[in-house]
Amino acid sequence: MTLASMARKYEPRQVAQTKVATSAMIASLAAEGYDTVSAPFGAALVDVARQDARILGLSADLSKYTDLHVFANAMPDRFYQMGMAEQVLFSAAAGLAREGFIPFATTYAVFASRRAYDFIAMAIAEENLPVKVVCALPGLTTGYGPSHQATEDLAIFRGLPNMVIIDPCDADDVAGMVPAMVAHEGPVYARLLRGKVPTVLTRHKPDYRFQLGRAQMIREGRDVLVISSGIMTMRALDAATRLAADKVDVAAITAEAAKGGRLVVTAENHTVNGGLGEAVAKELLLAGIAPRFRMIGLPDAFLEAGALPTLHDMYGLSVDKVAAQIKGWL
Amino acid sequence: MTAENSAIARSNMTLEMRAWNIRRKALLMGEVQGQGYIGQALGVADVLATSYFHALDYRPEDPDWEGRDRFLLSIGHYAIALYAALMEAGILPEAELETYGMDDSRMPMSGMASYTPGMEITGGSLGQGLGIAVGMAMGLKRKKNPAFVYNLMSDGELGEGSTWEAVMSAVQWKLDNLICIVDFNNQQADGPSRDALAVGPEAPKWAAFGWHAQEVDGNDLEALVAAFDTARNLPEAKPRVIICNTKMCKGVDFLEAREMNHFVRVDPDEWAKALDKLEEGKPQ
Repeated sequence: MTLASMARKYEPRQVAQTKVATSAMIASLAAEGYDTVSAPFGAALVDVARQDARILGLSADLSKYTDLHVFANAMPDRFYQMGMAEQVLFSAAAGLAREGFIPFATTYAVFASRRAYDFIAMAIAEENLPVKVVCALPGLTTGYGPSHQATEDLAIFRGLPNMVIIDPCDADDVAGMVPAMVAHEGPVYARLLRGKVPTVLTRHKPDYRFQLGRAQMIREGRDVLVISSGIMTMRALDAATRLAADKVDVAAITAEAAKGGRLVVTAENHTVNGGLGEAVAKELLLAGIAPRFRMIGLPDAFLEAGALPTLHDMYGLSVDKVAAQIKGWL
Repeated sequence: MTAENSAIARSNMTLEMRAWNIRRKALLMGEVQGQGYIGQALGVADVLATSYFHALDYRPEDPDWEGRDRFLLSIGHYAIALYAALMEAGILPEAELETYGMDDSRMPMSGMASYTPGMEITGGSLGQGLGIAVGMAMGLKRKKNPAFVYNLMSDGELGEGSTWEAVMSAVQWKLDNLICIVDFNNQQADGPSRDALAVGPEAPKWAAFGWHAQEVDGNDLEALVAAFDTARNLPEAKPRVIICNTKMCKGVDFLEAREMNHFVRVDPDEWAKALDKLEEGKPQ
């Protein structure tokens, strides 16, 4: 018996030779023209760890793929290789936090949010312990398919009391979030951008500094207000630059209330279910503000495998598609 | 830490008497609520008596004392048993016994760290305690704190994959300050553990992973004392497990004889009868 959902695997395919090949796990998310910084998370963690002996690093066989190897090389006696065992990774991190340490535990976002959820919920969040869960491959940042695409991680962790969520945009956000995570006394879930990470926000707003729990206006505009998180702030800013050529004035903030008759658009690297868009919609309704409202995000579906630029275009996260969607709603 | 230094261990009350007191307190709490995991509490009372009145070092007046041996209750539903032991140890006031399971009580039906002095972790989502114990044992080693971490788990938790992640991790990090106690009463929610995933043999399985493994009659106080002493004094750099074969409802014969069940049914009039039965077996 062939399930209808499986039928496509028996259809031979013509593959267009012009298409880019599936990229490796470390896919560069930088759009053209941005400078990059190498492994900003690892470097920032070493910096704070030199000042604070409580900080430890743990990984479940993914230190090299979460930039934690930088920390492990600099401070080998403060690094725990836990093996391919995410449940004990987070349980042990909880135990270390009980003994007064601040463990940074890294893996991929799919494994933390799906496989190890109960351990993060009960051993860490219910106890409000200062374990910092840092996860690479958030949302659609790999072409490997649903096994590695954490398209619902924000929805999962938004439902968890005590858990603070950070979805950084660029290298400055990643570097800035690390000391903020240490300063916050409870658990944090941070989406990680790893490898060569672009520097985006200071280019658009030179005095930009990461602030935990504060939305910041990056670019003013009269026609559209884009409220975004993570890499979609980069996409929104690039789309705004493009739309400016078309006399559309787009404001972009990284996750603030929206008044004044502008079209409000949310943009997130996550399913439209349970993420930033729904969070913003809730706050708007509770505040009695009802602007024209649209959401840019991933569909309610398991996504395809393929090259990341192809997939971002297919699912509406590319600059082209973000600009086209906004223009279509005006 | 050496338990010999503790005032509790020096008291002349026998372990038999401590175990009997733990059983009695658990029955009194069960009577308050008309329910409770009394079968497990009666079964594990000897293990708890050995833990709190022979092995562990702690300060009843300062449950968070940094030098204390940590005792983790992975099995949250055994809380009634641990509350009885914590009262017997003077960590919880006995006057609160009648609040068991009530609104605003410090003793909820399932053990939680934020409610109860002496309750180190929130158990109940089974298969989590040993992993947390691994992290605490690592943390104690980092601090050069010689305390032990004890993790009390059930045979049903042997079915959780996370248990075996923790088993391997404890060996990897040579956690010789970790003692795991498995209460093997062969009862889990749907029936005998042996018919589910605890197919055995248990001790060789743990030994094959690199643990020092002992299997004892968990209702034989002398055997328990010897096993705890061995576990605490072992020179090898490996974690230690004591598999304790216990009998559900131990000490109350008509409940012992009842068809065995994970949640032992006790009729309203039977609590007093059970206390009477226990009284008959009071150590001299």
